[in-house]
Amino acid sequence: MDYLTNLGETFFDWKIIGDVLPSMFAVGLPNTLVLAISSGIIGTMLGMLLALMGISRNPVARWIARGYTDIFRGLPAILTILAISLGFGPVLREFTGITSPYPMGVAALSLISSAYIGEIFRSGIQSVDKGQLEAARALGFGYGPSMRMVVVPQGVRRVLPALMNQFIALIKDSSLVFTIGVTSRERELFQIGQDTAANTGNLSPYVAAAIFYLALTIPLTHLVNWIDARLRTGRAQDRAEKIEPDEAAAVVGKGAHG
Amino acid sequence: MSQFSSGSLEAKGIHLAFGSNRVLRGIDLNVPAGTTASVIGPSGSGKSTLLRVMNRLIEPDAGDILLDGTSVLKENPDILRRRIGMVFQQFNLFPHKSVGENIAFALRKLRKLPKDQARAEALEQLDLVGLRHKADVRPSTLSGGQQQRVAIARALAMKPEVMFFDEATSALDPELVKGVLALMTDLAQGGMTMVVVTHEMGFSRNVSDTVTFMDAGVVVESGPPGQIFDAPQTDRLQRFLSDVL
Repeated sequence: MDYLTNLGETFFDWKIIGDVLPSMFAVGLPNTLVLAISSGIIGTMLGMLLALMGISRNPVARWIARGYTDIFRGLPAILTILAISLGFGPVLREFTGITSPYPMGVAALSLISSAYIGEIFRSGIQSVDKGQLEAARALGFGYGPSMRMVVVPQGVRRVLPALMNQFIALIKDSSLVFTIGVTSRERELFQIGQDTAANTGNLSPYVAAAIFYLALTIPLTHLVNWIDARLRTGRAQDRAEKIEPDEAAAVVGKGAHG
Repeated sequence: MSQFSSGSLEAKGIHLAFGSNRVLRGIDLNVPAGTTASVIGPSGSGKSTLLRVMNRLIEPDAGDILLDGTSVLKENPDILRRRIGMVFQQFNLFPHKSVGENIAFALRKLRKLPKDQARAEALEQLDLVGLRHKADVRPSTLSGGQQQRVAIARALAMKPEVMFFDEATSALDPELVKGVLALMTDLAQGGMTMVVVTHEMGFSRNVSDTVTFMDAGVVVESGPPGQIFDAPQTDRLQRFLSDVL
């Protein structure tokens, strides 16, 4: 029973958890959100650019997008974050006087996520029937407007769930920014947990951080599922009028015995 | 009297190859203003490709295309395509836009009509194909025949001088073919210049002014429907007709 009591105290020391909560709310949560949201937005914009380059008719653009994606998807996130921050941090300081590595953390997360988001967008755009581009062009739209107004909106809609999953991954990956050594006001959830754990010799601060992460990611995961289901059933409802009775019955009928 | 501002269309010596695959080998096609030319032939003969070359969705390797007597190869292809309406086998309506918006959208963006005027014209076009009451639903709720009629309305809304139909009834259930063919017949009789790639021999014989039979990238025979269907000159056309009729 001693072991159980020990484990309980190691992970669930409520006093320590209570003590760490204020700084998690005041510092950790805002920083995690700023890191995830800003790199999510930049990553989405860069990702769209990569996707359009990846399907462009210009071989140089395709080649650049391919190379970029291969590199940033192929590297461990922590390596990219360290290399970008330590490598470009001094350059940033030189030109802007900003000494904090925090912006470089955002940049590194953006670069990483854009490689994944680019692939998500590309697969969505390429899944749109070729007839859509042809129809838009036949009406008299140029290639650019056809893509922008007809093809891309349909492709993006299809990959919204995958895009949301990428954002969830970004919330978790933002914890890696602790490796670049930010100031105490710039610490995100994980680092506050880690620092407090080091100070108290107890793992309960990690549990507090975990609760924060789960409070962010679990609702988002369910939001993804909800969007996904809505996109699917939305289409099914659209078609409902056209479905023949025997077609609708097939699921229960033939399927059940098969 | 034509209710459309139809133009003539002429293709001269069109050649096109995809790598070593020579899809079109010197095609000539002459469609006087206000007439309907149907193009028949076996699958893979290059009929659909010919349509796409004539509105420059695919650029020809050689030859010329004259719209209203003027070569269009030097023109901006986007402007050219506004003058030629095209209807596809798979309808290709935009699924993320309502039926009305499928039509109004191009009017706003390309003909630069103000929003309410674009909407009004879209409804007017839908009225002509009997689907005004479907303006606010998504295309996927319509039957194939209705979708194809919307696609025709969408093309007509651009006030084209020529209409292309690429096997417009091939993807339809048999009972829905009639309505679309009736609409196409109305257009032809209204004086629209039309090029109709089709497997509907009845339509080809009864509605078109000329019939062109293509096989393996060349025009094998061309002439008025009576001649093509009742007195085919070549073996290939005779064989084709005995296969499809």
